[in-house]
Amino acid sequence: MNGIWTKGNFRVAIEVKNIVKRFGAFAALDGVDLKAANGELLALLGPSGSGKTTLLRIIAGLDWPDAGEVSFDGENALAHGAGERHVGFVFQHYALFRHMTVFENVAFGLRVQPRAIRKDETGIRRRVKELLDLVQLDWLADRYPSQLSGGQRQRIALARALAIEPRILLLDEPFGALDAKVRKELRQWLRSLHQEINVTSIFVTHDQEEALEVANRVVVMDKGRIEQIGTPGDVYDNPATAFVHSFIGESIVLPVEVCDGCVRLGGRALNIAANGLASGPSKLFVRRHDMQVGPAGSGALEGAVRHVRTFGPIQRAEVALSGGESVIEIDAPRDRELKAGDIVGLQPRRYRIFAATE
Amino acid sequence: MSELQISPGSVRDDLRTEPRLVRGIIIAIALIFLTVFVVLPLVVVFAQAFSRGIGAYVAALSDPEALSAIRLTLCVAAISVSLNLVFGLVAAWAIAKFDFRGKTFLISLIDLPFSVSPVISGLVFVLLFGAQGYWGPWLQSHNVHVLFAVPGIALATIFVTFPFVARALIPLMQEQGTQEEEAAISLGASGLQTFFRVTLPNIKWGVLYGVLLSNARAMGEFGAVSVVSGHIRGETNTMPLLVEILYNEYQFVSSFAIASLLALLALITLVAKTILERHLDEGQLPRGD
Repeated sequence: MNGIWTKGNFRVAIEVKNIVKRFGAFAALDGVDLKAANGELLALLGPSGSGKTTLLRIIAGLDWPDAGEVSFDGENALAHGAGERHVGFVFQHYALFRHMTVFENVAFGLRVQPRAIRKDETGIRRRVKELLDLVQLDWLADRYPSQLSGGQRQRIALARALAIEPRILLLDEPFGALDAKVRKELRQWLRSLHQEINVTSIFVTHDQEEALEVANRVVVMDKGRIEQIGTPGDVYDNPATAFVHSFIGESIVLPVEVCDGCVRLGGRALNIAANGLASGPSKLFVRRHDMQVGPAGSGALEGAVRHVRTFGPIQRAEVALSGGESVIEIDAPRDRELKAGDIVGLQPRRYRIFAATE
Repeated sequence: MSELQISPGSVRDDLRTEPRLVRGIIIAIALIFLTVFVVLPLVVVFAQAFSRGIGAYVAALSDPEALSAIRLTLCVAAISVSLNLVFGLVAAWAIAKFDFRGKTFLISLIDLPFSVSPVISGLVFVLLFGAQGYWGPWLQSHNVHVLFAVPGIALATIFVTFPFVARALIPLMQEQGTQEEEAAISLGASGLQTFFRVTLPNIKWGVLYGVLLSNARAMGEFGAVSVVSGHIRGETNTMPLLVEILYNEYQFVSSFAIASLLALLALITLVAKTILERHLDEGQLPRGD
């Protein structure tokens, strides 16, 4: 299968510099810089309205930035329209041509090529067959898009995008419209497909699990800006901003006060370091499973267990912190029995403090 | 099936729908109305046309004046339908696929010919192209005849039939969105390739529907055409105009013979419309699944 990708298909990296895009007064993208290495599988992760789809469309040439640069392999991409960029784009709702069969959908990109480089009918048939084999749907060649399931449409849309031997592959919410089970299967499938074809790819998602599981690197976006770029492990373990910490993984967030290197919660000094943060109102972020549970008086925080639910290897306890109104949920291993009414001491094993901005 | 299984169904039917008598009365009213106002006139048209036998009917239709009117009507319909096909497509495309200022204004403007009396539509062209009109003197000095000639009739017909294609296409194209076009562009298709391979096949039944209605109106238009035609016999009389003239001259057979052709056109249009509507519905429903 590798043969069809190496021929005449030189590797391109994507570079995006200081992209600004406004829709009226709303800044969809507000100075975005991004680089993707050859063969990378990058996830743009963010809540809806964070500008991730707009960025993807600008890279594809379906939207134009108000300012900034886009280049593929050092070559200015903004000098070319969408059709000349050789970008494979997979739309969120697939956008398959409804009046064409699956075969004709996949063949479309080959049939509209300029006559000089267009394959003959046999060549087109062979290529479409290869692509349908690649997405394991060759048996659907004569069907119409409306006769396919969501997952099948998704894979045909991908085959169609790959038909033009794209320099880069862009996928907008590739699993967004699918049900949970199909989603999981397609995730693994996409990752192994990417390994097989090794085309630099960017996909947009609002689902952190999807981004962390599939991508080599994750770009976390919020309000038209990039908050953090890093490996899935990086963005989970070392969130750069409060937004990233609360958006990725589930976090306990406590409003604290930093004063001269100490951290106070509701007037009570906590036995943890402020990590050099300037004095002022701040937020303490702790992962649920990073809160160590001990006997009363053993940790920086103390609270009363209000409710315990047990599932799988963990027990999730709702704890009302003493000296404040905060109620937090923690995940504790099951080796230590917890029950409602217990007074426990809590010590964050790992935590981060960010200045409160709003 | 046993009677027990049938009876609960019929009981429920009685509860769910109106009593039989009420149903009968409603259906009867609808049928009587249709008979008196639709079927009867249609029958009368054909009865009058053939009242002196087939020979008189054929003679009426092969009269040079009648032939000229038929030719003119076909010619005007061909011009106005093909131009409105282009205008309608462009307008629907602009409205459905782009966002711009004044879009709602444009949409209501497209409907204008529907809300203006056809006589006014005709008068507008008299004001523009007539001897006392804005462009009349200039056109006259260049020996271009618009009013009381084919161009004027075509213009008035285009104006009156403009909304049909656009109206048929706007909702269809809006519903389909721009994603398929974007997909085609990103796959390297040119604008023309995208239009002919993606957009047009998706809207072809809508286009035909608009063309059909537009054609029926173009051939049947009376008011607007009457104002600009000048009623020059054998030259600027369309079929509807000739029907009126012949009728006023008590030539009932000739008048109704031509009217019967228009009635026939209406019937054909009706059948074609039904077929097209079925296709349009199918296009909207997912096939199979």
